[in-house]
Amino acid sequence: MTDARAAATTADDHGMAPPPDKPQATAPEALSWDSRSRRVVTIYVPLACFLFILLFPFYWMSVTAFKPNAELYDYKTYNPFWIGSPTLDHIHLLLFKTDYPRWLWTTMIVAFCSTVLSLVASTLAAYAIQRLRFKGSQYVGLAIYLAYLVPPSILFIPLATMVFQLGLFDSPLALILTYPTFLIPFCTWLLIGYFKSIPYELEECALIDGATRVQILWRITLPLAVPGLISAGIFSFTLSWNEFIYALAFIQSTEKKTVPVAILTELVTGDVYQWGALMAGSLLGSIPVALFYSFFVDYYVSSLTGAVKE
Amino acid sequence: MSQSQDTPLAWTRRRRELNWLERMLDWKPLLVVACMLPAVGLLMVFLTYPLGLGIWLAFTDTQIGRKGVWVGLENFEYMFEDPIFWNAVFYSVFYTGVATIGKFGLGLWLALLLNNHLPFKSLLRAIILLPWIVPTVLTAIAFWWIYNPQFSIISYVLIELGWRDTNVDFINTAWSARWSLIAANVWRGIPFVAISLLAGLQTISPSLYEAAMLDGSTPWQRFRYITFPMLLPILAIVMTFSIIFTFTDFQLVYAITRGGPVNSTHLLATLAFQRGIPGGQLGEGAAIAVSMIPFLVFATLFSYFALARRKWQQGEGDD
Repeated sequence: MTDARAAATTADDHGMAPPPDKPQATAPEALSWDSRSRRVVTIYVPLACFLFILLFPFYWMSVTAFKPNAELYDYKTYNPFWIGSPTLDHIHLLLFKTDYPRWLWTTMIVAFCSTVLSLVASTLAAYAIQRLRFKGSQYVGLAIYLAYLVPPSILFIPLATMVFQLGLFDSPLALILTYPTFLIPFCTWLLIGYFKSIPYELEECALIDGATRVQILWRITLPLAVPGLISAGIFSFTLSWNEFIYALAFIQSTEKKTVPVAILTELVTGDVYQWGALMAGSLLGSIPVALFYSFFVDYYVSSLTGAVKE
Repeated sequence: MSQSQDTPLAWTRRRRELNWLERMLDWKPLLVVACMLPAVGLLMVFLTYPLGLGIWLAFTDTQIGRKGVWVGLENFEYMFEDPIFWNAVFYSVFYTGVATIGKFGLGLWLALLLNNHLPFKSLLRAIILLPWIVPTVLTAIAFWWIYNPQFSIISYVLIELGWRDTNVDFINTAWSARWSLIAANVWRGIPFVAISLLAGLQTISPSLYEAAMLDGSTPWQRFRYITFPMLLPILAIVMTFSIIFTFTDFQLVYAITRGGPVNSTHLLATLAFQRGIPGGQLGEGAAIAVSMIPFLVFATLFSYFALARRKWQQGEGDD
């Protein structure tokens, strides 16, 4: 749970702005005249159960990652919920005996490049759809929304043959080019919603002052859309970090794999699973996303809810 | 804008001549094309074309390293006689149905809990989203370890409490493996549902509840006649997404059971992968993947009508 708590506290330290949903000051339950004890039973107890269940796997992951093997497989003499003598063996094994740092690096490069690529493409597309309002822009918007509903599970086989023919098989470029298929629709959708919230009058003013369309986009709309861009970026980054099926199908050599695929295919060897190393690998693979997310948690939550509301 | 007022000089200054590139880009049709090109191009090449290619592949006997020839419906005929395929269809539907009910039931409950006055509310929300942020495969591995036949922590606790004498069998027989996977999927889905529905809950005006309370309504009536109908549009959208992505789920099953024991937990996606990539039968894999499309179309239509209903409810025009 360490990463969870760290993520959460950093998020808090970064001065979480008061949530945009202020009207909750008069949330429905405030109106009812519940007694204090009843409130504890109906709200705090279930909430605590939810928190426990949602966080337990992370706690268990962390505990396992730092336990020595002797404790790991012996619940009789050691209390399984606590670490008797913490060890860094598993992490050491991971970092120095396997290609883990390389996997981490590949994943980061792939996530970063595909995020940048899809951000550029979807910002331009969202601007064109929402602000230039050409004929049929609605339908293009709808088509992009529908594209989001096409899941990778039905695309990976034809994509695999394409990747093979293009000679991109076993190259990170294959992932950088295919990840935008699910990133662009989502980001475009999110950014259309965001651009909608920027007053159009600002652009009209600039047009009257003689600015070109490109100048308007660059000098006015984009600076105002920075929060939207940040949330689209976080979404893209976490989604690419999360991606599994393409990375599993298109990458073969050990050193080019991404973290999720590599942990499952490289660390699971033979009949004896290295549970300590597996958990350490999962933990280390989760931390970058959790950290990244914690810095921008507000954007994340607001855009998640905003995108749904759109 | 304020700048136009404080510098009278600016009126006299001549506007800088635009170079040809800027003039070209100020021509709207060209600008539209230039803006749409990267996104549409990428989606056409890597989404629309593969979608068509996939459907074509389903009618061929393509294998890895060998160009296929047209075989008509042979793949589908073979598939429809294959009990493993029907088992995968059954489990996909079952998995989606049960997991969706679980996710939405618990997610709605959590959203209602979070909609109260709570200390550290934003911190809570941040923590609750964690299962959804962390890569699925990595949490799936954690679940795999929790479900371990010998060293499962759940078995340990149940035995310590005296509720059981033997270890719980989580993933070694068909039905227990099915339920265990559903539990892991629900665990991962709850945060997304809860946070989305919480956003919906916060848009409901408190005055509706005030009015209902003045009329002497019970909490259940307030939920049934105010909260639920007001939440329905957002619920429909979130549910569509959830259904689509649960139905086509791959990671969780592949990581925990790989379709086993004895093919009992194959979803259509994992079966397509197994036949297509390690098995090399690309045509057959594509046929299995294509058979998911009717379900997805159904879910999409559901979403479309839910959206239309939402617009109608709020009296918005088509913009």
